[in-house]
Amino acid sequence: MTLRDTINRLLGLQRASATTARERLQLVLAHDRSDLNPELLEQMRREILEVVSRYVEIDLDEVDVSLETEDRVTALVANLPIRRAKAVAQPGVKANISLGVKEPGLAQEGAARPPDPGVASSAEAASDAGTVLGADKPASETSQPEPETATTNLGTLPGPELSKPA
Amino acid sequence: MTPHRTRNILICSGKGGVGKTTLTANLGIALARQGVRTAVLDADFGLRNLDLLLGLENRIVFTAQEVLAGSCRLEQALVKHKQEPNLALLPAGNPRMLEWLKPEDMQAIVGMLAPSFDVVLIDCPAGIEDGFKNAVSAAQEAIVITTPEVSAVRDADRVIGLLNTHGIQPIQLVLNRVRPKMMANQEMLSVNDVTDILALPLLGLVVEDEQVIVSTNRGEPLTLSGSHSPAALAYSNVARRLQGEDVPLPDPAKMGRGLRAKLSRLIKTKIF
Repeated sequence: MTLRDTINRLLGLQRASATTARERLQLVLAHDRSDLNPELLEQMRREILEVVSRYVEIDLDEVDVSLETEDRVTALVANLPIRRAKAVAQPGVKANISLGVKEPGLAQEGAARPPDPGVASSAEAASDAGTVLGADKPASETSQPEPETATTNLGTLPGPELSKPA
Repeated sequence: MTPHRTRNILICSGKGGVGKTTLTANLGIALARQGVRTAVLDADFGLRNLDLLLGLENRIVFTAQEVLAGSCRLEQALVKHKQEPNLALLPAGNPRMLEWLKPEDMQAIVGMLAPSFDVVLIDCPAGIEDGFKNAVSAAQEAIVITTPEVSAVRDADRVIGLLNTHGIQPIQLVLNRVRPKMMANQEMLSVNDVTDILALPLLGLVVEDEQVIVSTNRGEPLTLSGSHSPAALAYSNVARRLQGEDVPLPDPAKMGRGLRAKLSRLIKTKIF
């Protein structure tokens, strides 16, 4: 360890490399052991979120779905902080679960970055048909509604009847 | 008197160059010194090196393959160690006859060794291909050796998975090339990191030791000379634990930190 490394570590600018090694290993082993490639995992994550979002409102910034391994047992761990439960489960209502993951068929700029949950949710609720993935597109085209309002609407109003944002 | 049962122990790592052959040689000598009749079987017949580490490279005439083919007797192929008569080396295959060694052949070889030995250490080739499958088929238990590096641990994990599917039990871990100072600085995976990830009981902890290279140069395993170097002690302890003795594992956090270690470092400091 050089003096520079030591100083960086003390200042909190650099993490211990052993910690990085452990985390990288745990991740790669979880994938090695489960034979799930990152693409499949991502798809699974999207589908899980889609289902859960029908029933509860999830804090999308805090969502974490990953493979974890302990004692040679690999588990799929999904940490989905709930903002609140939805009053009634609305099959038509879809929450935004695209999470900024770039899809092959959706090579637009907007899909690459995490969209504003409020904006995307209202847009998706409006477009009751179509896949959840496609929801980003109308979001980027519509005018920006108030995020708070949009989020509330999603929770209480039935999806199909929700009018397009003004 | 309990019936004689030979333990066929596979020594494997997945990744090459982490110390399989060094462990096999040292463990073989250490066990022999403890009075255990030990055979070391070099299953890496493509690139065999166990003879070199044991200093027996000039004495190999036949291999197990010739014994199986009926062209010589087992006693002719077994190379007995001069200083440690309890230890014998048997190269599994002749590189020139490579193509016909199969899992059944390996099982036949350990079967031939069983009456005259208490322990057969099988030095497994690197990788997880045919050589590995041959070696696994002849073993009941295994020692996985790895170093605290991501690539070695990952490969070890792969091998452990395969050992499990072959029903090998017990599987124990030897962590090699530990650098206590780097561990203390959190610049190296800790012992707990590795044992947690691989979920294996720890059979031994070997610190990085220059004497290993010196001993390899000479073809005299460290455990042969009764050396007091850290690695020699670690290998002897692995042998004792393997025999069921309860030898506490050293704490790497305390290695090289005590007054005694500091003094001995001071004494060993090269002035010229």
